[in-house]
Amino acid sequence: MALATRTERPPSLIGTVWHSTVGKKAVMAVTGLIMLAYLVAHMMGNLKVFFGAGEFNHYGHWIRTVGEPFLHREWFLWAARVALSASVVLHGVAAFQLSRLDRAARPEKYRRKRHRASYATRTMRWGGVILALFIVWHILDLTTLTVNPNAQQGRPYENLVASFDRPAVTAFYIVAMLALGLHIRHGFWSAAQTLGANSARRDRALKFVANALAALLTCGFLAPPLGVLTGVVS
Amino acid sequence: MNLTLRIWRQTGPDSAGAMTTYEVTGISPDMSFLEMLDHLNEELILAGDEPVAFDHDCREGICGACGMVINGQAHGPERTTTCQLHMRHFEDGDTVDVEPWRASAFPVVKDLVVDRSAFDRIIGAGGYVSVPTGAAPDAHATPVPKPVADLAFEHAECIGCGACVAACPNGSAMLFTSAKVVHLNVLPQGAPERESRVLDMVGAMDDQSFGGCTNTGECATACPKGIPLSSIATMNREYLRATLKGGARR
Ligand code: HEM
Ligand code: FES
Repeated sequence: MALATRTERPPSLIGTVWHSTVGKKAVMAVTGLIMLAYLVAHMMGNLKVFFGAGEFNHYGHWIRTVGEPFLHREWFLWAARVALSASVVLHGVAAFQLSRLDRAARPEKYRRKRHRASYATRTMRWGGVILALFIVWHILDLTTLTVNPNAQQGRPYENLVASFDRPAVTAFYIVAMLALGLHIRHGFWSAAQTLGANSARRDRALKFVANALAALLTCGFLAPPLGVLTGVVS
Repeated sequence: MNLTLRIWRQTGPDSAGAMTTYEVTGISPDMSFLEMLDHLNEELILAGDEPVAFDHDCREGICGACGMVINGQAHGPERTTTCQLHMRHFEDGDTVDVEPWRASAFPVVKDLVVDRSAFDRIIGAGGYVSVPTGAAPDAHATPVPKPVADLAFEHAECIGCGACVAACPNGSAMLFTSAKVVHLNVLPQGAPERESRVLDMVGAMDDQSFGGCTNTGECATACPKGIPLSSIATMNREYLRATLKGGARR
């Protein structure tokens, strides 16, 4: 009988990654960081609302023309949409599958358990669910305008103001942005850990950047609805 | 000192268990936690009752046999093994909950004894260095820089007690596995099997009923030997590197 060797066809890279807990978590980290990078750009775009309808709407139209004349109109926008949708789905599916595994691995609780992990760490799953619901709502509200009764295509500034004129919408938005801040506070550092970029020496710096990013994004995203609430944006 | 103990009693792997209350008197603050349990067991035996089963061996904090969860904390309130935990860290009149490690991968055998052979299977998958037999090599044949030797030793300190799994909300064995992977992967002797080791050990870990890592950090807080959380990052890096290099599990 031949000796066992490693010369048979090895399993595919994608298969190996997806079927290991470490690899699947790396998929979560990469997709999470893609979404995080997008959110930084998205937040900066949103802040243009404070410079008036002209500038904000102009920005909204420009996004559709990025890459012209090399790219056709909206190609860039659709590429970004596809990449982000894939990221959300992969991130969510990996989170769901890993969470199921995690729960099965620890079926019984201890009588007394003092939590040593931070609030942000302990709320990643429920916070993620809030974010998933928010993403669906947000697209229906300000992209497809399905749930925004007073909205008109091509007038993002007016649609934003119309949306935040409804207090319940503003409240949900604020909750979602607080969940986002918490998710990033743990998530950014966690992604560095998952991808092997963390070390004892870098740990504090990474936690600082995670907190800074979380604070920046939460404040930046909360500014427009608070602007509408206080009448600064109307 | 007198204590009220609430101890998990379970007659066998398939029977249902329950917390049972015992009043223990005449405890010396100099007793270790295991000696306190010995003291309770003597009384149980004299009364004709079944003594509480618990694992122990060296009683000096180096074998890793003696794990139990005390008041919700693996190995109790001090950062040491249960055998090295002394009763002076408790107050007279305290109520103390004692439970076995809780993890699907560590089924309860009896009372506080769990089966940790899932760890052995992880080690068996790659927690070693394959060397040809023969005369022992000269001690200075393979130079190891001091910082590397220190790093390897820091990770070699893992005694495989399982506190990391017990403390983890996901019952994950990442800290244990990373201690073993880092210990051998940083040394020149471990270099030839650097990729296959991490792939095989992570694969064996995933084949047991352990959960995944959510970077909660409870493991490193509970570890009596101070294996740092950054070891997990190092193992993740080794794993991703080995995967990208086209390595595959055996
Ligand atoms: C679809 C909704 C989402 C769900 C269900 C979700 C869920 C999760 C869960 C369960 C984790 C793992 C938590 C842990 O390891 O403790 C996680 C990690 C993470 N999430 Fe999300 N999340 C969602 C959306 C987002 C968004 C919009 C971002 C963008 C900022 C994001 C960024 C991250 C990052 C960077 C990580 C760290 C990955 C790692 O630990 O390696 N997530 N998410
Ligand atoms: S009995 Fe050996 S470490 Fe506690």
